Amino acid sequence: MIRALALAALLAAGALPGTGPEKLSDPAQEARAVALQKEFRCLVCQGESLDESNATLAGDLRRLIRARIEAGDSNEQIEHYLVSRYGEFILMKPPLEPDTYALWYGPLLVFLIGAGVAGTVIWRARGKTSE
Amino acid sequence: MTGEIGQLALSLALALSAVMAGAGLAGAEPGAVRARAIANGATMGFLVFVALAFGVLTYAYIVSDFSIVVVAQNSHTLKPLIYKITGVWGNHEGSMLLWVLVLAIYAAAMAAAGRGGARLTSAALGVQGLLAFAFVLFILFTSNPFLRLDPPPFEGNGFNPLLQDPGLAMHPPMLYAGYVGLSATFAYAAAGLITNQADAGWARAARPFMLAAWIALTAGITLGSWWAYYDLGWGGFWFWDPVENAALMPWLVATALLHSALATERTGAFRVWTLLLSIAAFSFSLIGTFLVRSGVLSSVHSFANDPTRGAYILVMIGIAITGALALFAWRAPALEGGAKFEFVSRETTLLINNVLLVYAVAVVFVGTLYPLFLDAVSGTKISVGAPYFARLFAPAAVALILIVPFGPRLPWQEGSLKAAARALLPALGGALLAGALVLAFAAPRSLVVAGSFALGVWTVGASAVDFVHRRRARALSAAALASMLAHAGLGVTLFGIAGVTAWRVEALDVLAPGQELALGPYMLRFDGVRLANGPNFQAERATVTALRGGKAVTTLYPEQRFYPVERQAISDTAIRTTGYSDLYVALGDDRGGGRFVLRAYYNPLAPFIWFGGAIMALGGFASLWSRVRFRAPRRVGEMAPAE
Repeated sequence: MIRALALAALLAAGALPGTGPEKLSDPAQEARAVALQKEFRCLVCQGESLDESNATLAGDLRRLIRARIEAGDSNEQIEHYLVSRYGEFILMKPPLEPDTYALWYGPLLVFLIGAGVAGTVIWRARGKTSE
Repeated sequence: MTGEIGQLALSLALALSAVMAGAGLAGAEPGAVRARAIANGATMGFLVFVALAFGVLTYAYIVSDFSIVVVAQNSHTLKPLIYKITGVWGNHEGSMLLWVLVLAIYAAAMAAAGRGGARLTSAALGVQGLLAFAFVLFILFTSNPFLRLDPPPFEGNGFNPLLQDPGLAMHPPMLYAGYVGLSATFAYAAAGLITNQADAGWARAARPFMLAAWIALTAGITLGSWWAYYDLGWGGFWFWDPVENAALMPWLVATALLHSALATERTGAFRVWTLLLSIAAFSFSLIGTFLVRSGVLSSVHSFANDPTRGAYILVMIGIAITGALALFAWRAPALEGGAKFEFVSRETTLLINNVLLVYAVAVVFVGTLYPLFLDAVSGTKISVGAPYFARLFAPAAVALILIVPFGPRLPWQEGSLKAAARALLPALGGALLAGALVLAFAAPRSLVVAGSFALGVWTVGASAVDFVHRRRARALSAAALASMLAHAGLGVTLFGIAGVTAWRVEALDVLAPGQELALGPYMLRFDGVRLANGPNFQAERATVTALRGGKAVTTLYPEQRFYPVERQAISDTAIRTTGYSDLYVALGDDRGGGRFVLRAYYNPLAPFIWFGGAIMALGGFASLWSRVRFRAPRRVGEMAPAE
C-alpha cells in the first residue's frame, strides 16, 4: 500500500512541470524550445509569453517544454499536451474556429469597407480639377 | 490643512468648469462678446485651481503627509525625493488629477491662442469645459485624492518598485499630454460642427493641438517601450500588452488624422472624414483610459480595480462619443464635399494611408477586446498575443511603408507617377542594394529581414531624395522637413526592430565567480556578487566584465533588488550601448555557493528603435514650429509654383 502510494507520488511528480533542464545542450533543440515558448502565454501574468515572463510557473513550463523535447515529443504533441492541461487560453495565437472568425476576419472586413469608401471618393473626385 | 485646501481648490475648479462650459457654448453665438470673456476667464481660473490642487497633493507627498489616504498608500519616508514626486501620478487618484491638469493646460492654451476666430475658440472652450466638468466630478465622487486617514499611520505603504524608475517618471505625463491633447482636437471638431465652420481655416486652427498631442503620444509610447526594455528584464521592447495597445490606438488614429487634416487645410478635401477622425482619436483616448483605469484588463499598468469607477468612465465615454457622433450626424451632411483631385495626386496617397491606418486600428482594437467579448458572450477564455498581432499588423505596415515615399513627392490635386518614380529611383536602388547585401552577407539568411532593411532604406532614402530636390528648388520649408524627419524616423525604427529580431544573441547559464559566458562577439566574465544597499532597497549586485578579443571593454553591474517595505524583488538590468548595439545583462536566482543565474543579450541595432521614435517626434516638432512661428500654409490656389 505504502509502496503503491510512493509510486503514485513519484509518477505524479514526474508529470508535474518543473522537471526539465533550464537549457538544452543541443542548440537545435534549444532553438525549438525558445520558438515554442513564444507561442504560449504565461498563465499568471498578463499579456506576456512564457518567453518573457519572470513568474515561477512560467519558468516551470519552460522547463517542462524542454523535458518534453528531450523525451522526443513533436511541437504538435507539446501544444496538444499544454492545451489539454491548461485550455486554449495558453495559446498566444488563438486557433481559427467559428468562435474566432470575427477575431481573424473582422479587421479584414474593416479594410475592405475602408478600401471601398476610399475608392468611391477617389472615383468621384476624378476629373473635377479641369472643371 | 493641506488636504482641505486641495479639496476646496478642486471644488472651485468644478464650478469654474461649469462656467467654462456654459459661457463657452453661449459665446459660440455671433456677437456674444461678454460670454466669451467669461469663458476665457473661467478657463484661466480653472487652470489656476487645478494647478493648486495638484501642487497641494505634490506637497503632501514631499513632506510625507500620511494623513492623506493616497499618500499613505503609495509613499514612504525613505523613498528618494524624485520618486515621492512621481508617486503623485503613480496611482489612480493622482493620475486622474494629472489628467485634469493637462486638460486645463490645453484649455488655457486654446483660450490664449484664440485660433480660428472668437466663435470657434469659444465653442471649443465650451466643449473642453464639459469634458473638464465630467472628469473633475469623476475625481471628486469616485477617486478623491484628498481623503483623510484618522489617525494617520506612522509610515506609508511604499510604492511599486517597478515604477521607481526615471523612465517611468516621465512616461505617464508624456502619454497624458498625448491622450488629453486629443481632447483639444475633439473640442475643435465639435466647435467646428456647432458653429458650421468646419473648413480649411478650422483645420489650420486645430492642427497645432493635433501635433502637440501626436508628439506627446509618440514620445510617451517610445519612453514606455524603452522602459519595458530595460526594466522588465527580458530585452523585449513591445509586448502587445492591452495597455500598450490602449496607447497605440489613439496614436494610429492621430497619425491618420494628421495626414487627413493636411489635405483639409490645403484643399478643403476630406472635411467630413477629418472631423470624424478628430472625434475618433479622442474616443480612443477615452477607451484607453477606461481599459486601463477600470481594471477590466489587468496589467502592470492598472492600479485601480474598482467597478464603480469603470461604470462611471463607461457612462462618460458613452455620453461623449454618442453626443459627438450625433452632432456629427446632424451637421456633417450639410458640409459640401469639396474634394477635387485626380487619381495620381497627394490626396490619393493620403487616402491610402488612412485606409491602412484604420485597418491597423481595427486589428489592435479587435485583438485587444475580442477575448473580453468572447468571455462575456460564451465564457470561452482565449488569449490574443504577439503572434496574432504580428501576422495581421505586418501587412498593413509593409503596405504603408511602400506608399509613404510617394506622398511628399506627389503634388496636390494632380501629379505624375512617372516623375515621382523617377525622383525616387535612388531610394529604390538603395533599398534593393541594402536588401541584397543583407541577404548575401547576414546570417541567418532571411527574406523577411532583408525585406525589412530594404523598406527601412526606402523610407530614409526617400526623405533624403526629398531633401535634395526641395533644396535645389529652394522649397525647403519647416513643414517639408517635418514629413522628411517623421518618415525617416519610421525607417530607423524599422532597422532597430529588424536588427533585434533577426540578430539578437541570447545566453543563459548558472555561473560561479570567475566563469565565463560567450555572447556573440563578447565574452562575459562573472566576477561575483556583493551586497549593495540603496536608499530604500537591498541589492545583490553582480560585477560582470565584458571582454572582446580578450580585452576588457566594459564592466556591468546588474542587480537583484529587494524592497523591504513593499516586499517585492525586482531585477535591475545593466545595459551598455554603443549606439549601434546593446549589451544587456540581467542577474537571476542565487543557486548557492556564490553561483548565480546570469541572463545576457546582445541586441544589435536595438537603440535604433527609440532613435526612430525620437526622430519621428522631432518631425512633429518641426511641423509645430512651422505653424506657431510662421504663417500657416496658403491654400492651393494661392500657392507659389515652387512646389
